[in-house]
Amino acid sequence: MTRFLPSLLLIALVLAGWEIACRAFAVPAYLLPPPSAVAVALAERAPLLLASTAATFWMALQALLVAFVLGGGLALAVSLNRSAEQAVRPLAVALQVTPVVAIAPLVIIWAGLDHADRAVVALAAAVAFFPLFSGVLTGLKSADPDLERLFDLYGATPVQRLLRLRLPSALPFVLEGLRVAAGLSVIGAVVAEFVSGSGATQGLAWRLLEAGNRLRTAEMLAALLCLMVMGLALHAAVGAVERAVRLRLS
Amino acid sequence: MAEAGPAASLRGAVVRYPGRAPLGPVDLTLQPGEILALVGASGAGKSTLLRLLAGLETPSEGSVAIRPGRGRIGFVFQNPTLTPWADIQANAALPLELAGINREEARRRAAAALEAVGLGDRLTARPRQLSGGMAMRASLARALVTRPELLLLDEPFAALDSVTRRRLIDDLHRLWADQSPRPAMVFVTHDVEEAVYLAHRAVVLDAASGRVAVERTLPGALPRAKGWRSDPACRSAVEGLAGDLAASMPAVPHKADR
Repeated sequence: MTRFLPSLLLIALVLAGWEIACRAFAVPAYLLPPPSAVAVALAERAPLLLASTAATFWMALQALLVAFVLGGGLALAVSLNRSAEQAVRPLAVALQVTPVVAIAPLVIIWAGLDHADRAVVALAAAVAFFPLFSGVLTGLKSADPDLERLFDLYGATPVQRLLRLRLPSALPFVLEGLRVAAGLSVIGAVVAEFVSGSGATQGLAWRLLEAGNRLRTAEMLAALLCLMVMGLALHAAVGAVERAVRLRLS
Repeated sequence: MAEAGPAASLRGAVVRYPGRAPLGPVDLTLQPGEILALVGASGAGKSTLLRLLAGLETPSEGSVAIRPGRGRIGFVFQNPTLTPWADIQANAALPLELAGINREEARRRAAAALEAVGLGDRLTARPRQLSGGMAMRASLARALVTRPELLLLDEPFAALDSVTRRRLIDDLHRLWADQSPRPAMVFVTHDVEEAVYLAHRAVVLDAASGRVAVERTLPGALPRAKGWRSDPACRSAVEGLAGDLAASMPAVPHKADR
């Protein structure tokens, strides 16, 4: 608890300064509402914000799972063959450097305009794909070369080598990729939802858009707060898994 | 009957690497139960030669004949190379399990091998819980667990302090002597005292040509008697081998050494 004390103090200080400044300078509420107004908005719209948080979280989680299965699976397949890796890597990089905003309209058409949630999951998965693909692939090739030689010496089968050497060696890299991908999947989900702009997804991005269009700035900030807390929670959850696995492995 | 023929031999073996001086041609014969010290400057190709003897590398020219079948060759690397995710019993059992021996039997034999190297009470320890010397003992147990006919060691004790190193060499001699039949051993080192103490015979690899510069039969019986290090025969062999090694190194400091 004492570890968080300094940052909690800082947050309290900033909030107090913000509140006082808003009142002292009579800042219009549509421009910058005081923290108290944000708290009121948060309380009033709690059920809706909670539902939207759950929707965004669920889409980001699905995207993370899809990216993990596709990115990890492709990395596994590619790690067995050098030319396959040389063929696939540039494509993976191309996907990585293409802005998700730019491909969103296309994906929304492909997913069908009635299935905006599918498009959001697909786009968020596209963003989360690369760190997982790269992490798994790097990890699978990170095994100690002397241990690889030892497996050669004892005539290990490819399956033995994979299960007893390469996968365990890869795990720290996979977890690192997962941590980065978890953050990216939330960003991807929010951006995709912005672009789809249909409201069918009912996620936090939609709450932001909606509140923004009505100049309900306090509600926007409340939605933003929910997004932040959700991102932190996801990050902490993946971090906890990472630490638990590391402890078991080393 | 099983003793017929050398444990391993190289005939005119050459290994070429792109952008590097080739190793060889090398002729080398290793008798069963013989301990050979392989000495040479870094970059002379000692590790490559060891990998040739393990069958992990194929020569570009010449031939390699290795008598022990797959799984009957033990290899100890410069680092213990234990897998951190498994306890040392599972680590030592690895070669047997890779050979398809069932888990129970493999773990039982691994425990016996660890007992022999003095780690019988640390079976469930993780590699990170071991000191450098203990980790190297575990690595040695893993190499011995298949009862190898040929044991190859690539500067295994280089990272250890001198007291631990001497203790491990005496233990290695004891383990070698206890096996029946005794395995042939090739031990790579750049420490001439270690080479003289350890082996029946020393081979010096020339750094520039990648060939065998000198072969020297070493005095005394193995395992070594107490106080052998200060014996005049041992001292003079150390001096002789040190001279051979110095002659095999380039006279002018190599670019990479600066």
